[in-house]
Amino acid sequence: MLKHINQISEQAFLLDFGSEINIQINKYVISFADCILQEIEKDNHLKIINCVPSYNKILIQFNAFSDTKTKIIDFLHSLNQKEITHVNKKEIVEIPICYDDEFALDIIDVSEKTRITKSNIIKLHLSTEFYVYMIGFMPGLPFMGNLDKQLSVPRKLTPRVHVPAGSVGIVDNLCVIYPNQSPGGWNIIGRTPQRMFDKNKKNPTFVNTGHLVKFKSISKKQFGKMNKNNE
Amino acid sequence: MNKNYFEIMRGGVHTTFQDSGYSNVQHLGITTGGVVDNDLFRLANEIVNNELLTPILEFANQGPRLKLKKGKCRFTITGDVAFNIWCDGSIVEGIPYRSYLLNEGDTLDILSTIKSNYGYLAVEGGFVVTQHYGCSSTLTQSQIGPNEGKKISDNQLLYFHQDGSRLISSLDFNQYKYQDDAIRVLRGPQMNYFMQKVIKNFYSKPFTISNTTNRMGVRIEGNKISSIKSHNIASEGIIKGSIQVPGNGNPIILMAEHPSIGGYPKIATVILADIARIAQFTIGTKFNFKEVDLTDAENIFRGKNKFFESLLNKIKCN
Repeated sequence: MLKHINQISEQAFLLDFGSEINIQINKYVISFADCILQEIEKDNHLKIINCVPSYNKILIQFNAFSDTKTKIIDFLHSLNQKEITHVNKKEIVEIPICYDDEFALDIIDVSEKTRITKSNIIKLHLSTEFYVYMIGFMPGLPFMGNLDKQLSVPRKLTPRVHVPAGSVGIVDNLCVIYPNQSPGGWNIIGRTPQRMFDKNKKNPTFVNTGHLVKFKSISKKQFGKMNKNNE
Repeated sequence: MNKNYFEIMRGGVHTTFQDSGYSNVQHLGITTGGVVDNDLFRLANEIVNNELLTPILEFANQGPRLKLKKGKCRFTITGDVAFNIWCDGSIVEGIPYRSYLLNEGDTLDILSTIKSNYGYLAVEGGFVVTQHYGCSSTLTQSQIGPNEGKKISDNQLLYFHQDGSRLISSLDFNQYKYQDDAIRVLRGPQMNYFMQKVIKNFYSKPFTISNTTNRMGVRIEGNKISSIKSHNIASEGIIKGSIQVPGNGNPIILMAEHPSIGGYPKIATVILADIARIAQFTIGTKFNFKEVDLTDAENIFRGKNKFFESLLNKIKCN
């Protein structure tokens, strides 16, 4: 349930659905955000500029020049009273990953920290059915859980200046994929040739919030072939 | 195909096409982008008789040098900016908020901003730019938007839609005058991550603008802020103006190209009326924060817009 509507600026509300990070709360958040996004697509008489769901919050930015603040609050209250159906996006998206040493920049480090062998790290990673909590930070980057607790490692103390595009990283019980080259502090255990964001597509992100993701191991040779297809 | 164009002799430090920014794509990880200084953007368009939200060129510190290769071009520059116009071998020192007509072969040299960071170049009829998601704002981090998501570089060509008219317009305007240099802020969503003493220091001690400031964020230093709880929160959506405090204690005020979500606690939010002001503070500027409540902030915003409307009416055409 929506617990609190916090107006954090002249142009934004932060909707609070609790402080825990779990799939149940997040599914509700996603469904709630979907209702708002549908309203925006209809005619957007509420003049909402952005609706950004995260683990347990939704940021709503609205046009401060317009006079729709109270209408937005009324709309949110009415949504909260409705039975919002949790649309299960049952779809499982398969993402190829290559764990070759050339790509798995931190897998030895992770192995030392967790005392799990490289091949068992890969096994655990491949056996996890990931859930996409949110997309963000940069275009198309999915935040996915829940990784086996045995593989829990903290952020790197010194972030990398350049994490290569396609890098798959882990921190705590989460896993991300960097769509573009960027700075980053996640522990990189492999790389995917799959393009995670394509600005020319109508649905530019390869995965969406609420999707389930499974990784599929590929060889370096296969990686090379598939990566070429994307260039 | 349009034949009016400039050749870029010098791209400048960070020159990009911008408009009012992206809407309703932040949930895909795409930030809002758009101009840093919304007033200067709209004034520039009004002065050359464009629709207010027509895409224009934003430059930071050193601007571009453009040679008009084909056509005539009416343009204006807004902001605290030094620029020269070269025509027929002579140099004219330009004055911002005034429109000029360039003829084929003339050169516009935008030397630099003066006591500010961002300035704007608008051309009558607008530049020829692509649109993504209904927007023409360049995001250089994500490489989305006009010019293939890149800043303007040396030797490229910039096309514009129409020959400049004879209409001369100008605004007698010497930037906004503020009685108080403090930057006004609202309580942040994670203010409870900070001790009362720390919050008191946040308001009473001055900050300095750091030299790593850019379109992603204004970084400030000289008054370290420590949090009681953690330096991380469950990541959530963030907006321009939010002041986040990373582990090193030096706050970052989020600007136009901030990431779509963030995991640092946010101590305060700069009010809309002051976001462009703080972005225009040059490196080394010292300033204080001052708390206002939401009602004040909304009233200040309305007041500022009224003043802006009155500015639009002051633009004279000859």
